[in-house]
Amino acid sequence: MSTIEERVKKIIVEQLGVKEEEVKPEASFENDLGADSLDIVELVMALEEEFETEIPDEEAEKIRTVEAAIDYVKNHAND
Amino acid sequence: MTDLMNLNGQVALVTGASRGIGKAIAQQLAARGVKVVGTATTDHGAAAISDYLGEHGEGLALNVTDEASIASVLKHIDDTYGQLDILVNNAGITRDNLLMRMKDDEWDSVMDTNLKSVYRLCKGVMRGMMKRRNGRIINISSVVGTTGNPGQTNYCAAKAGLAGFTKSLAQEIASRGITVNCVAPGFIDTDMTKTLTDDQKQAIFSNIPAARLGQPDEIAAAVVFLASPGAAYITGETIHVNGGMAMV
Repeated sequence: MSTIEERVKKIIVEQLGVKEEEVKPEASFENDLGADSLDIVELVMALEEEFETEIPDEEAEKIRTVEAAIDYVKNHAND
Repeated sequence: MTDLMNLNGQVALVTGASRGIGKAIAQQLAARGVKVVGTATTDHGAAAISDYLGEHGEGLALNVTDEASIASVLKHIDDTYGQLDILVNNAGITRDNLLMRMKDDEWDSVMDTNLKSVYRLCKGVMRGMMKRRNGRIINISSVVGTTGNPGQTNYCAAKAGLAGFTKSLAQEIASRGITVNCVAPGFIDTDMTKTLTDDQKQAIFSNIPAARLGQPDEIAAAVVFLASPGAAYITGETIHVNGGMAMV
């Protein structure tokens, strides 16, 4: 079973169409990984599905970096 | 050669489908092999839809002003037919009155049923369409949303609002293969226009170059076109179907 970190990174790679080595913890979706606001909405949707959780809008707005996504899932995921 | 009008096997939701324009849209889509769920406000209306659709789909009761009702219809579609391809927001009401006499509930109910319902339904189908990178949303507006009409400040405001909504949403999601358009009927031969007096009709005809009412099927044809693969590059647009009464 992959770790949460690996699973989050895999989703980011798939959703944003970026290379794995670009997905560094400090990378910003918008500034470093070329995501627009709709890409980020979709990324959050994909995270919700992978981890069977619902991310409230006010929390989703704070998920701006790879690290923030991993931290959110670690703190809230059901598994 | 690809058939750019082929809709076979797709799934559509048409609100306000028990009669008039909505019924014609549901029937025209069904005739092209689309599984159609048509909605009505009452169980009686829903049963009538099931009757005319037969094996091509079914009628369901839906209150477009109620979030829970929308959620349950969308879930039923997903469970029964699979992913929704085509959403036709057709349900609408009129509560005509001169502004000076208009009551708050006449304003509010028209806004809620004709405009906010579209916001709710579009939100409800967005996730599925985004994931599949495919979808067609067609909002039935009205010529009077463009031209205005005395006695219909509420209705015209809601229909003009649809046009702005359509353009904004179209821009948000065009990159995901989803188109959002309006079809704006002129005066069509339905129950809604049967309430017009002869004097009103006469005045209207004098402004319609085609010199007749339109038929519901003539609106449905434009909807079918916008739903088809051939219309993939049309988005944020309004197709006016009005016999020439307003050329915009």
